Amino acid sequence: MANEVVDHGRRRFLTAATAVVGGVGIVAAAVPFLKSWEPSARAKAAGAPVIADISKIELGQKVDFAWRGLPVFVVNRTPEQLAILPSLDPRLSDPNSTVDQQPDYIKGPDRSIKPEWLVMVGICTHLGCVPEMWPAIKPEPFDPDWKGGFFCPCHKSRYDLSGRVFKGVPAPKNMVIPPYNFADETHIQIGVDPKGAG
Amino acid sequence: MANVFTRMGDWVVERSPGMLPMYRKHMTEYYAPKNFNLWYYFGSLAMLVLVNQIVTGIFLTMNYNPSAAGAFDSVEYIMRDVEWGWLIRYMHSTGASLFFVVVFLHMFRGMMYGSFKKPRELVWLLGMLIYLALMAEAFMGYVLPWGNMSFWGAKVIISLFGTIPVIGSTLVQWIMGDYLPADATLNRFFALHVIALPLVLLLLVVLHLAALHEVGSNNPDGVEIKKGPKGNRWDPLKPADGIPFHPYYTVKDLFGVGVFLMIAAFIIFFAPMLGGWFLEHDNFIRANNLVTPAQIKPVWYFTPFYAIVRMFPAMFGTAVWGVLAMFSSIAVLFALPWFDVGEVKSIRYRGTGYKVALGLFVFAFFGLGAVGTDLTAELIPKLFGHVDVTFWENMFGRSMTAIYFGYFVFLWLYTHLGWEKTKPVPERVTTHD
Repeated sequence: MANEVVDHGRRRFLTAATAVVGGVGIVAAAVPFLKSWEPSARAKAAGAPVIADISKIELGQKVDFAWRGLPVFVVNRTPEQLAILPSLDPRLSDPNSTVDQQPDYIKGPDRSIKPEWLVMVGICTHLGCVPEMWPAIKPEPFDPDWKGGFFCPCHKSRYDLSGRVFKGVPAPKNMVIPPYNFADETHIQIGVDPKGAG
Repeated sequence: MANVFTRMGDWVVERSPGMLPMYRKHMTEYYAPKNFNLWYYFGSLAMLVLVNQIVTGIFLTMNYNPSAAGAFDSVEYIMRDVEWGWLIRYMHSTGASLFFVVVFLHMFRGMMYGSFKKPRELVWLLGMLIYLALMAEAFMGYVLPWGNMSFWGAKVIISLFGTIPVIGSTLVQWIMGDYLPADATLNRFFALHVIALPLVLLLLVVLHLAALHEVGSNNPDGVEIKKGPKGNRWDPLKPADGIPFHPYYTVKDLFGVGVFLMIAAFIIFFAPMLGGWFLEHDNFIRANNLVTPAQIKPVWYFTPFYAIVRMFPAMFGTAVWGVLAMFSSIAVLFALPWFDVGEVKSIRYRGTGYKVALGLFVFAFFGLGAVGTDLTAELIPKLFGHVDVTFWENMFGRSMTAIYFGYFVFLWLYTHLGWEKTKPVPERVTTHD
């Protein structure tokens, strides 16, 4: 027995087979642990639409509403602010909003259903901070040629008052416009497309 | 007649004969070069801080509540109501920052005296892994108080992974376990911070020391004492320029511990926030998912790497470049033994080019730190009046980034192409008798 020739092929096959079966077992056993890190059923359920009352938002003012834990900016833009928007196109990286960051019915430099009302998820597309609104049309420390817009304090990304991103800043895309509709003249429903759209 | 303690000792040795030889190998018969200087305190100090973090951390968990609803209040409870809770927390928070102080100095020592070079590459790699684990540990610990900086720090750091094309947003959700940092995130960070990463850190520290004791310590002259003459007062076969780690270096390190504890105690008792550098003002505000703090920046020890993220604009519709650059800035450190292949280890005998390059590297490290902590954004208007701050900050930060990476490129060219003019290295350590 002891002096029998070792069958190396057989030994290699058995080693490989054991390793493969064991490896598959470990991978399979890892799946539940990895999946346990995904959003739970409770977290997924907490995402209902939100009604925003816009009757008290003054001209030029911004009010934040929480939707799915995210801040949604609702801004009542002035005619002067709207008039400036098209002139900024050369300084923006995606002036016509071609990248998919908004529903299909959101078009043009104002990126809105009614031009004066901007409804936007106020999350910087770089690393998720909440940008601040700097509405004044005057030189700011971060931009001597500032025409009003949003400025992210985290990494200095700049957006215009439609949430369109400037060239040469860390943020790659325009900010997200959520699905929304006008429930009536003074209420916006955030999270649901207008009837007939979508 | 042997007393009871001797007999207890004998009883153990009889049943575990390997313990005494192991103690001798790593303590009384580990011969370290006799010319260690001030720079050699920081390894043992890092171990001291690790012990401090574990002990104070265990006591913090006894009153901390890892939930989005209760975390912030439980930290205030520890600070105000728990007997001596403030001291335990300040020891932990100060310890975290001082951990990075001693680790940065420890790493710089290794770079300066070539301690990462052959045959100690593995010691360096294990040390870099410790540094990586330490960064993860510090980041997750920073999230636990669930103040507003905790929340937004977590959000931004996790979002770094969101810049990865295709899988990014799914990955971010997987890490957070929700659509924003929430209860699930806090709970898993707590589990990782108090159990998983400390175990990893301890294991890596053991491996780091085991790898070091196999090849022996380097020294400020960068000469191998094992290749020098043999025979010292304790052993005719061991290096002449070595002295037993215990008691010689344990006593020396105890002196360092004394000085270090005086500095640490001063901070803990008189300036635990250190003017917002160790504990940030905005973290005394409860986490608010709708308001980003106006002055958002990471704690000081992350700022040099973090500034690099900001220096790269989005290109080709993705922001991944800055993130790639940041991870590369750590990766090049791992690969240092293969960038710098110069035969001469210590800065004392290296070429002028090396000294200038190392000086510039340190300057770039601090420069990037200044950009990351917003010091440059404050200083530029003060020094140059009304100018485009973003432009000049980017110019400065990008130059510093170029120098940081340039250091590694330069070292590769300098040592691979034989440009370096070194001084003669002595046969033995310069302080031998």
